Parts: sequence; structure tokens; C-alpha cells
Amino acid sequence: MAFISFHARREVNAFNPECPMTDVAIQNARPAPRAATTWDRLKVNRDWIALWFMLPTAAFLILFLAYPLGLGVWLSFTDARIGRSGVFIGLENYNWLSDDSVFWLSVFNTLLYTVVASAVKFAVGLYLALLLNQNMPFKAIVRAIVLIPFIVPTVLSAIAFWWIYDAQFSIISWSLRHMGLIDGNINFLGDSWNARWSAIVANIWRGIPFVAITLLAGLQTVSPSLYEAATIDGANRWQIFRHVTFPLLTPIIAVVMTFSVLFTFTDFQLIWVLTRGGPVNATHLMATLSYQRAIIGGHLGEGAAISTAMIPFLLAAILLSWFGLQRRKWQQGESND
Amino acid sequence: MTNFTRRTLVRGGTAAAATAALTGPAFLEWSKAWAQAAPWKPEKDAQLSILRWKYFVQAEDDKFVALMDAFTKATGVKITISRESYEDVQPKASVAANTGAGPDLFWGLYSLPHLFPQKCVDVTDVADYLGKKYGGWVDSAVKYGKEGNKWIGIPICYTGSLINYRIAASQKAGFSKFPSKTDEFLEYVKAMKKNNTPGGFALGHAPGDGNTWVYWCLWAHGGQHVDANDKVTINSPETEKALNYAKALYENMVPGTASWNDSSNNKAFLGEEIHWTNNGISIYVAANKDATKKHVAEDMNHAYYPLGPVGKATELHLMFPILAMTYTKYPQACKALIAFMLEADNFNPWIGAAQGYISHCLPAFDKNPIWTEDPKRTPYRDVAKRSLTAGGLGSNGEKAAAAISDYVLLDMFASFCTGKDDAKTSMRNAERQLQRIYRS
Repeated sequence: MAFISFHARREVNAFNPECPMTDVAIQNARPAPRAATTWDRLKVNRDWIALWFMLPTAAFLILFLAYPLGLGVWLSFTDARIGRSGVFIGLENYNWLSDDSVFWLSVFNTLLYTVVASAVKFAVGLYLALLLNQNMPFKAIVRAIVLIPFIVPTVLSAIAFWWIYDAQFSIISWSLRHMGLIDGNINFLGDSWNARWSAIVANIWRGIPFVAITLLAGLQTVSPSLYEAATIDGANRWQIFRHVTFPLLTPIIAVVMTFSVLFTFTDFQLIWVLTRGGPVNATHLMATLSYQRAIIGGHLGEGAAISTAMIPFLLAAILLSWFGLQRRKWQQGESND
Repeated sequence: MTNFTRRTLVRGGTAAAATAALTGPAFLEWSKAWAQAAPWKPEKDAQLSILRWKYFVQAEDDKFVALMDAFTKATGVKITISRESYEDVQPKASVAANTGAGPDLFWGLYSLPHLFPQKCVDVTDVADYLGKKYGGWVDSAVKYGKEGNKWIGIPICYTGSLINYRIAASQKAGFSKFPSKTDEFLEYVKAMKKNNTPGGFALGHAPGDGNTWVYWCLWAHGGQHVDANDKVTINSPETEKALNYAKALYENMVPGTASWNDSSNNKAFLGEEIHWTNNGISIYVAANKDATKKHVAEDMNHAYYPLGPVGKATELHLMFPILAMTYTKYPQACKALIAFMLEADNFNPWIGAAQGYISHCLPAFDKNPIWTEDPKRTPYRDVAKRSLTAGGLGSNGEKAAAAISDYVLLDMFASFCTGKDDAKTSMRNAERQLQRIYRS
């Protein structure tokens, strides 16, 4: 626009009998006064152009990520109920929570759930990935089958596990009983620790394919020549894994485990379908407790406080995996120290 | 109480109860005449939208839709119906009340109108009209419907939570009649366990079945979670008695009740793994529908909860009140519709279609043949008269609702029964939770 109008003005000047050619030249050399503003310069400045391209994405992120997050944190400092905006009450929600045994139980449950499930998912997932990376018959079909738990909607698999763990109709109890190994049904979800382990097993079952397939993708980027070289040098299988495969896999492990920990830490559907946090809150995670208090119970402020209390844990998990596993400079294309 | 997975099983209903009702053109004539004579004249071009709890018995919803349709034909008021799971009506209604936009009418659970009394249309005239015509509202309905001198909602119906038991197994255990006292009931539970025909109450996070029996147990022994001023009084010798009683029951229940949700006992009862439990009438309806379960239906019956040391009925049933929002542009149409729903010519066939799942709050409907043509349904006739309200002695609003939805009492009972905590600790934990909820 600015260019066109500038051009047009020159044309007008050229045909203006009162305006000699020299004046036109001077006018051309001097930018139009309007173009001199900082704003106009910013609009065309190459260094700023990146900002303009980022703006739509930034707006999107602010609107749909930062704003809800900020609102959640703000709500945790109010006594908001569903359908009623609250007033600022400072740390009152947090004070009540700090002395709330159910809340601390949910923190313990969440940490246990995340640590155990993530560790097992990593170990089994890595093992599966190594197996799937071998040459074997029906490779493509086997890989597809491994993905099934991940493809099935969580709620459906949770309902399946709910039947598997049923107090009266559990297929596990039934089978063991008919084999004569146990007398009564196993109390999968009615005993605190049984319920915790049952939920963790269900989560592991569901989470393994994600870890396995992603690590498999990572394994396939490792150049076969490295293995050949290692074999020629006389390395055994463990040494090849330890000194060739594993170091090359660390970047992808960092990514996979960050996601895996985040998914596990914020799990909701599985618990909600299986136990709703019972028995006696033994399987309440912070996410389910937050939902129960905020949405079902109507105490939005308190629920928001529980959700907000998850943020430090999540940040710690992210920082740990990124700084712990991604320090090597060569991962950013530089040589290793 | 019931569950959504069972819903498919309880589809359909008896046409028997509906036979007494008007049908076809006669019904339309009656509807039109009613609309002419009714004290409430819908506004010109009125349109209503209603959000209701999602049905448990398909036939009940069919009747509901037919009823709305008849209202439209008689008055010209178009009605849009939407449905939500019964736990989700409350959050939606709260948001609508706060933002001043949404459905004109909400039909939800327990003390819904008391969450935002100033946002509810005053329906005192409707309540008086219906009360006068049909024998006066029962006590619990007045508590759920009224705030001060004003009716802010109309208690449409209850869904009862009563004892379901197998007849032959009970007789074998030496009980020709279901026990009516708590002491006797404990003996019954022990005898049933000894005969390898145990039963059970849910102690997991089961919003319906779990909450209803623990409130009964607490009240039966004189315990109260709050007093009349909403002061927390859960930590009491009476509560301890109730806990000890519940533990004695629990030790003689089928294993695994701590994991039960609302549908577990339905499954176990129909699967003949348990022989007594608490539930709505849905097990019986489902057993009747399923040809392979006919013998269960024939061999089962329903009973009131036994009376405890306090000597009177202390049951908690699920109340479903309806309310109109003050933001509605058509308050007269709302009132007309509510009154229309509860008129005998509509309500009788509707109760009939629900086969006992819906219990009335107006004594005149005791006469509905649905309650007597099958004597096994009869106990559900009286749930409104026997029910206490969710607030106990205290207020009936959002605090009582939060205490229920947060499973405070249920967890207190469960933690003691399963041996996780002793009585003192369980009560102290519950007291702490209640203080959090009841803080002003």
C-alpha cells in the first residue's frame, strides 16, 4: 500500500507543471513523512517479520493454553463455586489442603502411580522395541498388534479392566478358582493396595505401546554401520546395546519418557471408571480428586488448588528429563565435549 | 441404585398400568380442556426447553416425551428436551443460573433448587394447587421444595432405595419375613452368610447405593453429620455405634463390597452371587425382562430398611425436583407445564410406565394400581413418606450436596469397616472434611 501511494504521488508530481524535475528527485530521495514512524519501520523490518509470523500461533497458545492455566491458578485463590464467581481468599484453599489427609493421600497415590507405571512402561517398552527391531516373520502385523492397547479408547479398555477386576465376576479369580489355586475371589479393587496395583497394571498395559513404538522408531534411525563396526571390534550384545544403541537413543528416550510421565501423572479416565478414587480414596489421583471436588462437589476454587498443586511436579518432571538426558551438545548438531 | 449399563436391560415396561389411562383422541381432548381451565395461561408464542436427568427405564422416558407432546398439542407451546446423566444436571443448572441463559426448566437431583434459591421462579401457586388437589405434600417433599415460605421447586418424584432380597434363601436362613429391626437384620445377615447365600451393600464410591445405606445406618443409630445450625456433629458416640454396626454387617457381607459402584450389586444380584442388597426397583424390572432371569424375579422381594435404635424410618431416597429459572421469558408456561406433568391423568400412566422406578410425593397417587397389582412393588410406593433429606438436621443446600458428592460419610464408614482406620480416626477425618465443606 505504502509503495503504491508513493509511486502514485511521483506520477502526479511528474505531471505537475509547477513542480520542476529537480524537486521530484529530492522528493524521491526523502521518504514520505508518514513512513518515518517507528510503526511503519517495524512493519517492514526483516528482524521483526518473524514476530508477525509468530503472532497467530502465540495468540492461539495464549488463548487456549496460557489463559486457562492462568485462570485455573487464579481460581485456586478464590472461593469460586460452579456457576458463581468467587472472591479472593488468598491461600485459604491451600491451607485447608495442607491439613487434608485425603489430599496428601492423593499426592502419594499420584507419585506412586507415576513412578512405578512409568518405570515399568519404560523397561518393558524398551525391551519390546528391541525385540520388534529384529528381523522376524510377519513383522508389520506384529508391530500393528502391539499398538492395539493404545488404539482402544481408554474408557473402553478401562471398562474391560473393570470387569477383569470385578469382585464377583473377575475372569482371573474365576480361572484361578477353577484351577484350584485359590478358594475365594481376589479382592482386586476393594483392598487399598490391591486396588493401587490393579490400576497401575491397567495403566502399564495401556501405556506400553506408545513407549515401544516410539523407541522402535528411534532404533531404526541407528545406522547399521555402527553395529558392524562394533561387531568387528569384538563387542558383545550387551556392549553394543550399552555403548552404541543406548547413547544414540537417549534423545528419543527423553522425549518419550517426558510424555509418558506427563500422561501418567495426569491420568483420569482409568481411575474414574475403575474405582472413582475408592476404596476409601486409596486410588484417588490428584486429577480425580480435583474433578470430584470441583465439578461434582461444586467447590471450583478448591479443585483448582489441587490442580495447581500438580504444576510443580509436572515442571520438575519436564526439567529433569530435558536437562538430565539432553545435555549432549551433539544432539544439537555440535561435537561432543 | 442403578446404572447406565443396565439400562438396556430394563427397557420397555408394562402396559398394564397405562390401561386405566386415557388414550388417543380422548387424551388430547382432556389435555385441551385442562389447558382451557388451568390457572396458568402460557405466554403468546411461548417455547420451553427442559433439561432432565437421563432415564433409567426407557418406558418412563417414552411416557415423558408423550406427555410433553400432549402439552404442546394442547397449548401450542413447543418444548425442547435434553438429557444429562443425573450427576451432571447440577453443574449445568448452576452455570445457567449464574449466566442467566440456558434451559427454562431443570429437572435434577436432591436439593438442586436450594443451590440458587433466588434464581428459581416462585412456584408456590403450583405447589398449593397440586397439594390441595392430591392430598397434601409429604414432609420430605416440603423440605426439598420450600425455601422459607416460598416454593422454589416442585418435587416431582423419588427413586427409592430399598432392600432387595431372595425369598427362598431368606427362609432357609430362618427368616420367613424380612427383619424390621437392625438387631434382627444383623442376625439375618450373619445367617445368610453362614448358609453361603450372602449379600452386601456398596462401600466403594457409589453415589446412589453407597450413600443411601450409610446415611440410613448413621441416622438409624441417632448419628447426625450436622445439627440444625449446620454445626458439624459427626464425631459422636451415636456415630461410633453406627460404625460398629456397619462393621458387623460388613464382616458378613460378600467379599469385595469396598470396590462396588452403583451397578456392582445389580450385576451380582442378577448373577445370583448375592442374596440381599439395597437398590431401586431396577433389578426386579431387569429380572422380569430377561427370560433367563425369571426365576430371580419370582424368588425376590423388596423391604424397607430395618428400623434402628431411634425407632423410626431413617431412609434416604433420591429426590428429583423440577425448577424454573427466573430468566425464563415464559414463567406461566413453565408453571402450566409443571402442573400438567403432575395431573393424575398424566402422572398415573407415567408412574405406571416406570414400573416402580418413580415414586410420587402426593398421597393421592398411592391409589395407582401399579403399587398393588404386583405386591412386590408396594414398598416403593411409600418411599416419599419415609425419606429424610440429604441435609440431615441441617440446611438442605449446596453444603449437604457437597458432603454427599464428596463421599465424606461413605468414606468414614468404608475406612472403619475395611479396618483402615479405627473409629476415632475415621470420625475425626470425616469431621475435618465436613468442617471444610461447612465452613462459611
